[in-house]
Amino acid sequence: MLRDVVSPLTYHYQTWQQTVLELEALSKTYKTGDQALTNVSFSVPAGQVVGLIGPSGAGKSSLIRCINRLVEPSSGRIYLGETELTKLSGRALRQARRRIGMIFQEYALVERLTVMENVLSGRLGYVSGWRSFLRRYPKTDIDQAFSLLERVGLGDHYNKRADELSGGQRQRVGIARALEQNPELLLADEPTASLDPKTSRQIMRLIQSVCREMNLPAIINIHDVVLAQNFADRIIGLQAGEVVFDGPPSALTHDVLTRIYGAEDWGQVQQNNESQDDEALFSNAKVLERS
Amino acid sequence: MTTRADTPIWQFRTSKQHMLRWVGWFWLVALSVFCWTLMTEDTIWAFVADAPRQASDIGGRMLPPRWGYLNQLWQPLWDTLNIATLGTLIGVIIAIPVAFLAAGNTTPSRRFVRPVALLVIVTSRSINSLIWALLLVAIIGPGLLAGIVAIGLRSIGFVAKLLYEAIEEIDESQVEAVRSTGASEAQVIDYAIIPQILPAFWGISVFRWDINIRESTILGLVGAGGLGLQLQSSLSTLAWNQVTVIFLVILATVVVSEWVSAKVRRAVL
Repeated sequence: MLRDVVSPLTYHYQTWQQTVLELEALSKTYKTGDQALTNVSFSVPAGQVVGLIGPSGAGKSSLIRCINRLVEPSSGRIYLGETELTKLSGRALRQARRRIGMIFQEYALVERLTVMENVLSGRLGYVSGWRSFLRRYPKTDIDQAFSLLERVGLGDHYNKRADELSGGQRQRVGIARALEQNPELLLADEPTASLDPKTSRQIMRLIQSVCREMNLPAIINIHDVVLAQNFADRIIGLQAGEVVFDGPPSALTHDVLTRIYGAEDWGQVQQNNESQDDEALFSNAKVLERS
Repeated sequence: MTTRADTPIWQFRTSKQHMLRWVGWFWLVALSVFCWTLMTEDTIWAFVADAPRQASDIGGRMLPPRWGYLNQLWQPLWDTLNIATLGTLIGVIIAIPVAFLAAGNTTPSRRFVRPVALLVIVTSRSINSLIWALLLVAIIGPGLLAGIVAIGLRSIGFVAKLLYEAIEEIDESQVEAVRSTGASEAQVIDYAIIPQILPAFWGISVFRWDINIRESTILGLVGAGGLGLQLQSSLSTLAWNQVTVIFLVILATVVVSEWVSAKVRRAVL
């Protein structure tokens, strides 16, 4: 019923052509009986950055993890291109995971390995266990790792241990590791939750721009509504495991936010955002008021 | 502010809890008194009264140490170090797979494999090195080999237990991240688990080596080679001034091994 406010059907993606990811009636019920996802369906075309918003416990993390099967979906189907991910197991599943890069909330770098080893671990699905054990990666992999580190602005840090880096730098390594996979899809689970506001924006901007450059679609779980609006092409709102909003960032109105998060004085939230000294935040708050 | 007529009274413990604690303490004291009477039942108090004189007598015989005896100790000392080091090596090599099978997050089967691995650990831990040595001297005869195997068997449980606890405490998000790249299980262990447990592994191994040096000094008492053999012969011939030299050698060895293990642990963290 509430979906009628902004129907997905009324929102056309003229520029998005080829579908990369397709979810069909995805549901997840945990052993404890918690229903994390109910009948979630949507598709993501190449190059589109999707911001997945919703309150804590809405199923955002479960949704992301169902896609690369770190969490087993209970029912429904997921297609990555022509491959039905939900049918795979063993080697075939590992080979499909190579095609999906993932960025994590607490970076999830292997803290005691070097930056280079962390980035190269993105190639683990492609090299033999013996080669990876001896850290003897093909030269093309190493060259790519260097150019990705250059791209994320960490060209000089390749020999440092991951735990020597700051939060923002670590997340850049996380991005480089995901891109080292040459993925067809990027998943990000709260990539900015552990970062300060400025670094958060830099990281989101980086993710957005690499997605543009590589025509890479991304699904980004994010708490911060304003960040999501600034850097996503499309917003999907999840509430208690169900999609309650799917549309362009400009369509996120008070009503929609209330529907996703529950009643709250959203005007107040916008004002708070204005007080942060960032121009983009400011202009975005206006967008919210207009809509 | 509103005040409520029926504001509950907060107490740290209810009176029932107070009572239970009092009764608990009472029984503990009663039990201690009872045990003390049992313990002292067979004591011959004349001997206890005599103790200071006996101690000073033996002390007098122990001094001065017979330093010339030192030359006969180098070979047994070397044997002791070898027993400890090789025994630790064997123990650690076997403990690594046992630990991975026992850790809840890496075991292939929680229902079948894990209990077996835990049983191995408990068996190894519940039997003292000296008793392992006693058994092994009977089985494979006296000598260094019995000592090495005894130390090894005892070390498996110790190292595996601490190591599997370290494996269970790793940060799972790193495992998730490596798995999400399409890595195989072996690669996940290599990239996500081993780097996280490596400091613990070195710390545990060196700590066990340190303990094993102390334990292997007495294995000779039951015929498993090393300094203990010398200790036994000196004790049985009442050569107290030689016993002093052995004690000092053991003390020096343990101090050095503790220094080494402290250095190593600091280096890997």
